[in-house]
Amino acid sequence: MSATFRTIKDVPKEEHLAPGHRLCAGCTVGTAMRQILKASGKDVAVITATGCLEVSTSYFPQSAWRVPWAHIAFENAAAVASGVEHAMRALNRKGKSDEKISVMAVGGDGGTFDIGLQALSGALERGDDLVYICYDNEAYMNTGIQRSSATPYGAATTTSPPGKLSIGQSTQKKDLIGIAIAHGVPYAATATPAYPFDLMNKVRKGLDVNGPALIHVLTPCPTGWRFDVSAGIELSKMAVLTGLWPLYEVVNGEVRLTVQVPRREPVTKYLQIQGRFRHLDEKTAGLIQKRADQIAAKFNLGPLRSQ
Amino acid sequence: MSTTRRSMSGNYAIAYAVKMADVDVIAAYPITPQTTIVEKLSEYVANGELDADYINVESEHSAMSACVGASLTGARVFTATSSQGLAFMHEVLFMASALRTPMVMANVNRALSAPLNIWNDHSDAMAERDSGWIQLWASSAQDALDLTIMAFKIGESERLPVMVNLDGFILSHTYEPIDLPNAEEVRKYIPSRPLTNRLSPKTAFSIGVVGPPEYYYEMKYQAVDAIEKSRSKIKDVYAEYEKIFGRGYRDVESYGIEDAEIALVTMGAMTGSARIVSEEMRAAGVKAGVISIRTFRPFPSEELLDLASGLKGIGIMDRATTPGGPSNPLFTDIASCLYGSSRVPLQGFVAGLGGRDITLDDFRMMFRETDRASKEGRGRSPIYVGLRE
Repeated sequence: MSATFRTIKDVPKEEHLAPGHRLCAGCTVGTAMRQILKASGKDVAVITATGCLEVSTSYFPQSAWRVPWAHIAFENAAAVASGVEHAMRALNRKGKSDEKISVMAVGGDGGTFDIGLQALSGALERGDDLVYICYDNEAYMNTGIQRSSATPYGAATTTSPPGKLSIGQSTQKKDLIGIAIAHGVPYAATATPAYPFDLMNKVRKGLDVNGPALIHVLTPCPTGWRFDVSAGIELSKMAVLTGLWPLYEVVNGEVRLTVQVPRREPVTKYLQIQGRFRHLDEKTAGLIQKRADQIAAKFNLGPLRSQ
Repeated sequence: MSTTRRSMSGNYAIAYAVKMADVDVIAAYPITPQTTIVEKLSEYVANGELDADYINVESEHSAMSACVGASLTGARVFTATSSQGLAFMHEVLFMASALRTPMVMANVNRALSAPLNIWNDHSDAMAERDSGWIQLWASSAQDALDLTIMAFKIGESERLPVMVNLDGFILSHTYEPIDLPNAEEVRKYIPSRPLTNRLSPKTAFSIGVVGPPEYYYEMKYQAVDAIEKSRSKIKDVYAEYEKIFGRGYRDVESYGIEDAEIALVTMGAMTGSARIVSEEMRAAGVKAGVISIRTFRPFPSEELLDLASGLKGIGIMDRATTPGGPSNPLFTDIASCLYGSSRVPLQGFVAGLGGRDITLDDFRMMFRETDRASKEGRGRSPIYVGLRE
């Protein structure tokens, strides 16, 4: 698998996600989706789970989608996508249609990690030929910042508030890629929009493999993470540079780091610009640093920058 | 018209109809008593007798979701379920009708838990009567086969999903002699041609958008209007089918109603027993008839009003309940359609829940009670037939 996108010249000019959608100022989901559609091109049917992206891009009578797009419910994007994929396959095979359409399902972390996990598991297990994109803003942002099983340890949300008896989210983020590769999928990868070529190449690879691919995209949320609307891409980058969000891909079970971090930044640089971590004491921040160190050891990232 | 007579269960009859319909996609999840339909279809696909993609989904929710997705491409789509499976689909059923994704679903009627019960009643379908689906009801395995074929014709023409109901075990697993229509003629009648691909990059439609208050109402009304308008198509299809295949169907099937003074309203398999007992009642001097509802959604109000005008008493059999409601589902529908136009006394009955047999004696009692209501000029509160106290 070779990289398709190396420089800006490799990126198509066509925009398949129209401007003027209703995502919050500074939201990185729109940025990520724009990159994803540049990688896929227009011959893709996008099935979106209920969530931020869906409500903000399809408010009748407007739609930001210049590709065929459907939303059915919260928990079933993968199952709907499977139906589309099989139907196109059957129609092609039976000579009833010669249209070739790739199929992409898109869900947030709630729609993927939680309520949609069963439908996703079904699609991955069956080997359906589709790409599933999880845009992960680490909580139910659309309903007002409630915790999901993707919310990181220590983060404040409206249903994991810090208090006398609580440090905020008390559990670690679920390992979505681990779950995907346990299904034996041919391709799974992490990404984030601060690394657009990495993200776009992964989408391309996911579309090119025969079978299901899962791409887990970290998308910082100014509203829920409480940071300045100009800082989204910086946070997206800092997540990678601290080691908290390693960029890697798993091709037929083989793990490969796609972006090396020669000198890791301390996690405090990532945490301190987010209001959701403002309540953390040094001890908890230390635990988060320890987690970043563990991830770094697992993926052979560089040493922590001396402070 | 060439036919072959074969012994088949209701479920196999449906699978056979689906094979003749040359469906493109089947997405289904096993549940008793539906399972033998999709087992048979898997076999057809595995043997190459049916060229379809069979999606082994991990739940009924995903079955219905995959069917909606498949239908959006214009493919011909089928699924089957029962009871809890239908209830699990509930959310997506409303989307299938409002997004106008035609498909055919066999619902093999089974009681809803709790307690867990795999046997027959109508509570599953009744709980989905407001979902915007066309509902057709079989009284025999032959009906199940014919209605399945017609369901494709109706659904694809009206762009609406169609549910074919048949009673669990009583029809689904009982073997009956069935006249199989010639497969070629069925294909000619319902040629499997894809509908518009609504997910084509050429059109790049957005489907399932957010409908804010300024638009939701009108969008919803379109779904209401669609099923209203399907009435005439359903009638045409019944008539056309009779012309080609020789078996006639009506929205409401009446029996011995011409000179009847009282009638029992039934749905599904219980119709047969009701007819037998109506003959007996006639021999005993009570002019009794039977009305059975074939097309439950859209509800055949006009037909029922017509029939009611000549009657002095109507008994209504519900194989489901509406706890805490004004009455039970079929009774409520009929009372509502007669209101203001007919003063015929109505007597409600609940019978056959969770697979409890409805015996001929039960029917005799129901006819007698209906007769009593006609003489007293009013019905009493619903009678729970055969309930042990």
